Parts: sequence; structure tokens; C-alpha cells
Amino acid sequence: MLKYVIKRVLMGVVALFLVATITFFLMNLVPGGPFEFEKAVNPAARAALEAKYGLDKPLLEQFKNYLSHALSGDFGPSIKQRGREVNDIILTKFAVSARLCGITVIVALVIGIPLGCIAAVRRGKWLDNLIRVFATLGIAIPGFVLCTVCLYFFCISLNLTWLLPLGLATPASYILPVFSLAFYPTSYIARMMRSTMLDTLGQDYVRTAKSKGVANSSVLFKHALRNAILPIVTYLGPMMAFMMTGNFVVEQVYVIPGLGKEFISSIMNRDYTMIMGTTIFLAAILITLNVLVDIAYKIIDPRITLN
Amino acid sequence: MGIYLLDIRSEKLSFFTQAGEVKALDDVTLRMREGEILGIVGESGSGKSVTAYSLMGLTAHPGKLIGGSIEFNGHRIDQMSEKEIRKVRGKEISIIFQDPMTSLNPVYTIGNQIREVIRLHTGKSRAEANAHAHELLTMVGINEPERRLKQYPHELSGGMRQRVMIAIALACEPKLLIADEPTTALDVTIQAQIIELMIDLKKKLDMAIILITHDLGVVASICETIAVMYAGKVVEYGTVDEIFYEPAHEYTRGLLNCIPKLDDKDRTRLVPIEGVPVDMLNPPIGCPFAPRCNSCMKICLTRVPPETVLSSTHYSFCWLQKKMEFEEGAAV
Ligand SMILES: Nc1ncnc2c1ncn2[C@@H]1O[C@H](COP(=O)(O)OP(=O)(O)OP(=O)(O)O)[C@@H](O)[C@H]1O
Ligand code: SF4
Ligand SMILES: [Mg+2]
Repeated sequence: MLKYVIKRVLMGVVALFLVATITFFLMNLVPGGPFEFEKAVNPAARAALEAKYGLDKPLLEQFKNYLSHALSGDFGPSIKQRGREVNDIILTKFAVSARLCGITVIVALVIGIPLGCIAAVRRGKWLDNLIRVFATLGIAIPGFVLCTVCLYFFCISLNLTWLLPLGLATPASYILPVFSLAFYPTSYIARMMRSTMLDTLGQDYVRTAKSKGVANSSVLFKHALRNAILPIVTYLGPMMAFMMTGNFVVEQVYVIPGLGKEFISSIMNRDYTMIMGTTIFLAAILITLNVLVDIAYKIIDPRITLN
Repeated sequence: MGIYLLDIRSEKLSFFTQAGEVKALDDVTLRMREGEILGIVGESGSGKSVTAYSLMGLTAHPGKLIGGSIEFNGHRIDQMSEKEIRKVRGKEISIIFQDPMTSLNPVYTIGNQIREVIRLHTGKSRAEANAHAHELLTMVGINEPERRLKQYPHELSGGMRQRVMIAIALACEPKLLIADEPTTALDVTIQAQIIELMIDLKKKLDMAIILITHDLGVVASICETIAVMYAGKVVEYGTVDEIFYEPAHEYTRGLLNCIPKLDDKDRTRLVPIEGVPVDMLNPPIGCPFAPRCNSCMKICLTRVPPETVLSSTHYSFCWLQKKMEFEEGAAV
């Protein structure tokens, strides 16, 4: 296990280096730069700015400089948000995003898994059909539609201003963003849970458990669930990646000061240091989460060997 | 309580599938005494497993018991609530399945799975249950039980897993052990060992066994009585001698003809009789075996053959027997 973790950490470092390299050069390949505005700028002022951030040096040298700073944990100053360090911005924004995503993942699991189990146990009955209709809706409706409709319906039509998520200051303000973010993964998990549970309930070892006189609830929760949940655990990695990077729509619509929104605007603004910092940071988080998921997988299923 | 441990009368069980009603069991009548070994033979799809599972209330999803009665040890299994029947499963009646590779839960240790059945049916503590599990593994011939208890199924060979299944089945000393083709999935040398082990333990624990198998050699050597099933019916029932030396149904004869010699030391597998098995969705109206029977008569095609009682332990459902009975009667 320890050997595995060390190996994965080393692989993660290599992956991060690749991510940093590719991002850096792609970013510089894209036309435009931080100091190209629609209005013509005084060339001298621009040159001075570029010199200040080292953008006048050859690309390779810039990259080397960047890496040496990044390796010491310093992502440098933001180019566009004057006077602020990339590290500070990422950490404040990430705190907001991480809390939102964390709650969303928990909600999606806590609701999705039981719904899928219920649907499987009641297959073909009305409850199963109802759950399937909702799950299909959840997968079909795009996130931005859901956000806009929720915002319009609850906060404007019903005028429930306490539901307004602006800034996520109160617990109630989490309701709409979490709902909008969790609807898709909850539906996905419920659907996946239903089909793997149906499959598992038909397995020989479930029949063995019943033949031993094990109660139905125990057959379901002890014998079937632990096997059926494995695909869900596998899905956790991509799901968290989706949330970390894909939640900018939700952040945009609900005006939440999260990292997703920050990431998009840094790209729009060609805020080079922010783009690099955020990309490397998100990649590191995702790599860590995937290692954790693998370890969870190993704990649940003893047949898995980590290597 | 009657004289029988198990008394199944006219059991009817159907699977209500989308394609229609599959009459998996149609008028199955069977009995067995305490401590007896009953063999059930018959080709694939004849209803052997369905019969066995129904004794434990384990009929799979679209299946429903629609008639008849199942009496076990003086209690009506077919009238029990789910809660009552759970007390029978694993305690009074146990079952070993065909495929040991898939019959144990891959994510729990062997010890966990043996202790589970012990703790369900006895008031034993975890430690007591573990000690018992230890004894059981020794009893089924698994060495290093202490280590095995902590292992997961995938760390054991097929033969060992079937021994573990037997340990689970025998943990609460059931009155009846059902073995549904317990050796089919194992290789030949292991097959003999498993059968030997079962017979050994039967003597020790004094339980009745229902052995479902395709292996007539095994049936001949260890069973006391045999039920021959065809298309959801027990077409003939009798002691081993009666079935092997005085078969009274054309299907049984067909089965026996597939074995070159009765006292052949090589166990011979069932070779299918010519013709196709019955379409269970549209069974024939008369004798189900009629389309494949060399002695088929006119009446066989239109009317279900009635029971012919040949001895107190031997009966069959074949018009040929009725005809012979009639001719004998006329000759007197
Ligand atoms: N879950 C089910 N749904 C529908 N039909 C079923 C189901 N289980 C069994 N049957 C039907 O019941 C009949 C008897 O099946 P059963 O499994 O008892 O056969 P078997 O004698 O055990 O055969 P084998 O030797 O292949 O194990 C078959 O015709 C099968 O089509
Ligand atoms: S009843 Fe007729 S068809 Fe059926 S086995 Fe006997 S002789 Fe053959
Ligand atoms: Mg079978």
C-alpha cells in the first residue's frame, strides 16, 4: 500500500510537470496577451509592464523562471489583479468551491445511492418508474438551464429572497447551488446504482446469503451493496473532476466567488500566472482525489491489487 | 408429524414471464424419510433446481407457487411467512450450489461468511462462532483453518470453496441438505473427493440429502431413492434398484440406455436422448415425453398419463404401465 502511494505520488509529480508544460506553451501560443486591450496602448507603457512580469524574456527562460518559483510553492503575483498573490486568490476561492463541491458530493451520494437501491428492489413498480423518470430528467437537463430556471422561479417568481445564493453567506444560500450542482450526479448515481444493484441481486452469492436465512435488509446492505457500490466509487473521481472544473456555470449564475469562475475569467483576461496556478492546483487536487478513490476501492474489494 | 421428513404433494409452480406462463413444476409429488439420500435426475430445464429452491422458499423473481403443498418436518413450508421460513433456511434445510466460484461473497472473508450463519441461528458470541467455524473447516478437510478463516474466497481453489460452502451448509446441523449439482463445476478428481466428503458427513451428522446430478454413476452408488424428472414432472420415483432394474417409464429407460453398463466403474454422463426438450411455454397436452418416445401410443398424445403404483416405493406416470397393468389384470 505504501509502495503504491509513493509510486502514485511520483507519477503525479510527472503528470503535474506535463500539465504545467502543456498549459504554459499552449497559453502562449494563443494569440493575445495580458496587455493587449481593444484600445491601443502606449507601446512604452506596455513594454514596461511586460518587463515587470518578465514577459519580455524568451519563452523558455520564462518557463524556467516560472518552474523554479512554482517548485518552491510560489505561483507569483496575479498579472491582472494588481497587488494580489495567485496563492492567496486560489486559496480563498478554493475554500468556497471546496465547501460547495464537498456538500454536493455528499448530497449526491446520500440521495443517489438509496434511490438507486430502492428502484432496484422495487423494479417495475411505480416507485421505480418515478425514480427513473427523475434520473433521466437529471441527466438530460443542462446545468445552466437548471440554474436559470431555479433562480427565476424561486427568487424572482416566488420572491424567496432568503434563497438567494449571493456569496454563500447563509446556510439557506447553499440550497439552490447545491441542488443545481447535485442534480446531474445524483441522477447519474441513482441510475448506475439501480443497474449494478439489479445485477448484483442476481448473483449467486446473494442467493447463498438468502439460503443461509439472512434477512432481506442484510442481504441488501451487507451482501449486495458493498459489491454494487464499486462502480460508484470509480465514478467518484471523474465526478469530482467535473465539479471542480465544470461548476463555473453555477458560480456564474448564482454569483458565487468560487475557483471555477475565477479560472474562466483568468483565461478570458490572459492572466498568465493565474491560469498556470489554477491549472496546476486543480490538477494536483484531482490526482490526489484519484489516489484516494483507488485506495477506497481496494478497501471495499479485497480482490483488487494496487499496482 | 407424518412418517416423512419431506412430503411434496402436487406442487405446481410457474414463472410468469413476458413471453407467457412457464409451468416449471406441474404436479410434482415427492417424499423422503429422515436420513435418506434422494437423487433427482433429469435433463436440463426439467425443474430439478426449481423444485429444490422452492423447498426453501427461494423461488426466483417471476416464479410463483400456485398449487399443492410442501410439508417439511411436520410444517407447511408453502404457508410460512418470510420471517418463519428464514428460520428454516440454513438451519433446518441447507443448500450447496453448483458453482463454488461464484457462490461465496467476494468481499467478505471465509470466516465472516461462516460465522454469519452460525450467529443467525444460534445465540453464539463472535468468539464462540469463530471457534465453531474453525471446527467446521477442520471437519470439511481444510487445513490451516486459522489462516483460511481470514482469507477471501478468491484466495481459495474451487474445491476448497466448495468445502467452505459445505461447512456453511452444515454449520447448524440441518435435517436436510440439498446439493444442486455440487461437483459439476469442479474437475474430476475433486468431484470424487467432494462426494466422498458429503457421504462421510452424512453418516456423522445423520441428515437427509437431496442430490441433484447428471451423474447416474454417483446416483447408483450413493442414493437410496431416485426421482426422475421430465418437463416439470416427476415421471418416475423408486428405490435405486427399482429404477435401475425395473424402470417403468420410457424416459427413464432412455436415460439408462445411455449408460453402457450399469456396473461400469467409469461414471458416465447423461447423453441426451434423441429429440428436443419440451418447449415449456407450450407443453404437449398428453404425455410430455410423447414427441420423443419410441413406444408412444395414440392415448399418449391426448391424455396425461395417470399414476401407476408398482410398489410402496415405486410409481410412474406412463400409459405403457397402465396398459401392462390392464393386460395382466385381463390375463388373470
Ligand atoms: N427465473 C426464471 N424465470 C423464468 N423461467 C425460469 C426461471 N428459473 C427457471 N425457469 C424455468 O424453469 C424450468 C426449470 O428450470 P430448472 O433450473 O429447475 O432446471 P434444472 O432441471 O435445474 O436444469 P439444469 O440441469 O440445467 O440445472 C426451466 O424450463 C426454466 O426455463
Ligand atoms: S406415456 Fe406414452 S409417450 Fe409417455 S413415456 Fe409412456 S409410452 Fe411414452
Ligand atoms: Mg439446475
